[in-house]
Amino acid sequence: MALQPCTEIPTAKTSPSAPVQALPVLKERGQREVFCGLTGIVWLHRKMQDAFFLVVGSRTCAHLIQSAAGVMIFAEPRFGTAILGERDLAGLADANDELERVVKELLDRRPDIGTLFLVGSCPSEVIKLDLAKAAEKLNHRYFPKTRVLNYSGSGIETTFTQGEDACLGSMVPVLPAKETEEPALLVVGSLADVVEDQFKRLFDKLGIGPVAFFPPRRASDLPSVGKGTKLLLAQPFLSETVRMLMKRGAELMPSPYPFGIEGTTAWLKTAAEAWGVEGEKFDEAIAPSVARATLGLERYKKLLQGRKAFLFPDSQLEIPLARFLSRECGMELIEVGTPYIDRMLMDAEIDLLPPGTALSEGQDVEKQLDRCRAARPDITVCGLGLANPLEAEGLSTKWSIELVFSPLHGYDQAADLAELFVRSSERRRRLSV
Amino acid sequence: MELTLWTYEGPPHVGTMRIATAMEGVHYVLHAPQGDTYADLLFTMIERRDRRPPVSYTTFQARDLGGDTAEMVKTSVREAYERFKPQVMLVGESCTAELIQDQPGSLAKSMGLPIPVVSLELPAYSKKENWGASETLYHLVRSLLLQQVPPPNTDRPDRDPAIRPKANIIGPTALGFRCRDDIQEVIKLLGEIGVDINVIAPLGAKPDDLMRIPDADFNICLYPEIALTTCKWLERSFKQPTVKTVPIGVGATRDFLAEIGEVAGIDVSAALRRSQDDTLGNWDAARISSSANPGASRLPWYSRSVDSTYLTGKRVFIFGDATHAIAAARIATEELGFTLVGIGTYSREFARQVREVAQQHGVEAVISDDYLAVEQAVAEAAPELVLGTQMERHIAKRLGIPCAVISTPIHVQDVPARYSPQMGWEGANVIFDDWVHPLMMGLEEHLIGMFKEDFEFAEGHMSHLHTAPHQTGEPAAAILSGEKATAVAVAEPLIANDDSKEIAPDPGDVVRWTEDGAAELKKIPFFVRGKVKRNTEQFARDRSITAITVDTLYEAKAAIGQ
Repeated sequence: MALQPCTEIPTAKTSPSAPVQALPVLKERGQREVFCGLTGIVWLHRKMQDAFFLVVGSRTCAHLIQSAAGVMIFAEPRFGTAILGERDLAGLADANDELERVVKELLDRRPDIGTLFLVGSCPSEVIKLDLAKAAEKLNHRYFPKTRVLNYSGSGIETTFTQGEDACLGSMVPVLPAKETEEPALLVVGSLADVVEDQFKRLFDKLGIGPVAFFPPRRASDLPSVGKGTKLLLAQPFLSETVRMLMKRGAELMPSPYPFGIEGTTAWLKTAAEAWGVEGEKFDEAIAPSVARATLGLERYKKLLQGRKAFLFPDSQLEIPLARFLSRECGMELIEVGTPYIDRMLMDAEIDLLPPGTALSEGQDVEKQLDRCRAARPDITVCGLGLANPLEAEGLSTKWSIELVFSPLHGYDQAADLAELFVRSSERRRRLSV
Repeated sequence: MELTLWTYEGPPHVGTMRIATAMEGVHYVLHAPQGDTYADLLFTMIERRDRRPPVSYTTFQARDLGGDTAEMVKTSVREAYERFKPQVMLVGESCTAELIQDQPGSLAKSMGLPIPVVSLELPAYSKKENWGASETLYHLVRSLLLQQVPPPNTDRPDRDPAIRPKANIIGPTALGFRCRDDIQEVIKLLGEIGVDINVIAPLGAKPDDLMRIPDADFNICLYPEIALTTCKWLERSFKQPTVKTVPIGVGATRDFLAEIGEVAGIDVSAALRRSQDDTLGNWDAARISSSANPGASRLPWYSRSVDSTYLTGKRVFIFGDATHAIAAARIATEELGFTLVGIGTYSREFARQVREVAQQHGVEAVISDDYLAVEQAVAEAAPELVLGTQMERHIAKRLGIPCAVISTPIHVQDVPARYSPQMGWEGANVIFDDWVHPLMMGLEEHLIGMFKEDFEFAEGHMSHLHTAPHQTGEPAAAILSGEKATAVAVAEPLIANDDSKEIAPDPGDVVRWTEDGAAELKKIPFFVRGKVKRNTEQFARDRSITAITVDTLYEAKAAIGQ
């Protein structure tokens, strides 16, 4: 498996939508303070409880995952690492035999595993272990009791949430084929269960259906895909998955992402138009939710109005969040950093950013920190490696990982989303020691 | 390949980071792929440090592999030197960089920086974190002190008896187990017997401080996993004796003082006597009013008092790094009266010492870094208490056994705000509380197991979680469930809603949850569920809504806030 460049920016545009404003993008290279794709395991193991994630990598990989997730105590671990030893590197041990032994040991211990992901890492990719082939071989042996899939979460190829993209991408080929060509909606991207249910109710109200969510709550309940499948993306970081779904005949409905009232409305509208829902019916269906969200958002808007935000690159959620913060909360954007920009999935959002927004792609962390310190933003969205150090310098921070781990999509979470950005300065206000 | 659900140690470069982060004026350039910066979080989050670790990563990506990754190393070294101006630079590689063999250490050394550059060769596929830390400390100290080493067979001049002896404390690092407070405790112990501190390293030391190491009369090897290699080299090169007893536990602390007495040629009998006399807690006024209350632990008396009788013979399984496991075995058996039913370590370098302890107690030592092997050993030994690492918490949860943490690996809860050493007299106090605490919980669980129909101690609830009795049809009761259930802080609404008034529930209250409303409420995280329920019901009452639907729930949420 050849190593692909990590930040390929496809230029293919799927819809002749409004011309994209030519926001200049600062492209930086240097030290990147980001997670690798293995981190996706931290939430994916909860989303799909019948799955197990076996990283093939080094002790560093094992250490990363347990440092992130090990604060929770697991009676039954749902992830692990097959740690490469010197014998594996020297080619003294046949990688396939070794994997087979390790997988057998694991499945003996955990016979209830329905889907096993073999997750590639930097070491396994550099020494070119063919995990795809290994997965195929193991499948022959364990399917249908356990399905074995493979994706790479390596740092050299993936950044943080791209791990979910790679994981979902590995599931696309095994999704069942759609039996009819009738339109069906597929919502793509991990959502909190409660948010999924809210969206499901709204789609029902609008008469949009059938609706399926991907990833499913159990890795064994795979949605079907094919001609007539219309894709609505709940998360902006799913470049690979979307393209694979499109190859299977699905159609992407480009849209802003369902953060905040405006984003959620635009997102639902995209589906409503595809299903030919009348404007009046649409407005009526969303009215109560919009009214509630407006009321809920109001109290936080007052606090965020005119405040300055600086977003460090992390999850690719930065652009949609910046759009929400500026348009719905009245914040001023100092810099919006993102690990990379996929135009096909992001243009609808970039169009909504205020003119002159400073977008940056990639990172040279020291220089970016210099810019951040110089601007003295009211809120800095950044990773946990930077958060406490910046707090100690007197800046309010919002650690970005929480934005991936919390129910923040949709109308009824719009206020919660805004609250996250208020909380840290509010805390500063309250604390007197 | 080795199936690893949990690893007891990180890779060796994390050990190097622990040394670099512990010190000041040292910078570490690490050749590593994008993503390996996760290790910063160990320091900024688990240890809650207020600055970034002094580490620059090259963070190469796939697209760089075709190009000149060696050039990236040079750029990182140059920029790190210019930006941070360290006095010493460490250069090394992570496991992935080891595969592409750019020789970052040699590259950096050839760049003509005006500071010492220490090149680290840490085989990531055969060695681990503590070894990495030990090796880094050794190479760092050796690089800086090699110039000062006297010719062989030079004897160390005798200490002038008029001058107080001076000791180095070697071994405490960033991310060590309770190092921060252990040092304080050891400083007190040394003060009590009239020994001065020369250098504490690496924690808090600068490269200049390392240069002063030879001035001390002897070295205290506080954490052998990190410091023993360095102490041995100092002993060979500068004829400084090493104090090897680790003062964890009352008995070990006494032995520690006695050993220093011998090594430094001072009389420590007064301190030892005090530690024997004075173990009855602090119940008289004279002692309470005295701030100078040196040299005694409460553990001996607490352990002798009658409520500790039920601890006798409790079966305990011990696992951790060798130092803490050996210390724990002694405390557990000689100071708390437990029975040792299993002991083990992941520190292979110290396997022999652990085996000896196991032999004394007639058990087989578990020398392994394989979590599954440890889990199996614990299951077979069927202990009543597990003293282990963060990883044994997983094992103990699975097997339903009380557990306390005595060694790294740890997580954020074991870097507490309060003073919590393991060493010295106060360390023994902390240990008594921490090890006995989960047993109290265990006893409660037994009672729950015996009397299943108790109205208060219901199945699945631990009483320390304050769960309320469950009474149907009484909204106030269910409200309590979860209200005080955990230590998880819940964000109060930031802006008090002026309309919300606390109204006592009316007994004739007829607010009903519809099926879908109740189902939605169950999806709210349990620690806020109670509050959401109460707010929603209040909201419904205020508006004379009798049936609470999903929409009511969210309307209330929107009106009242979180």
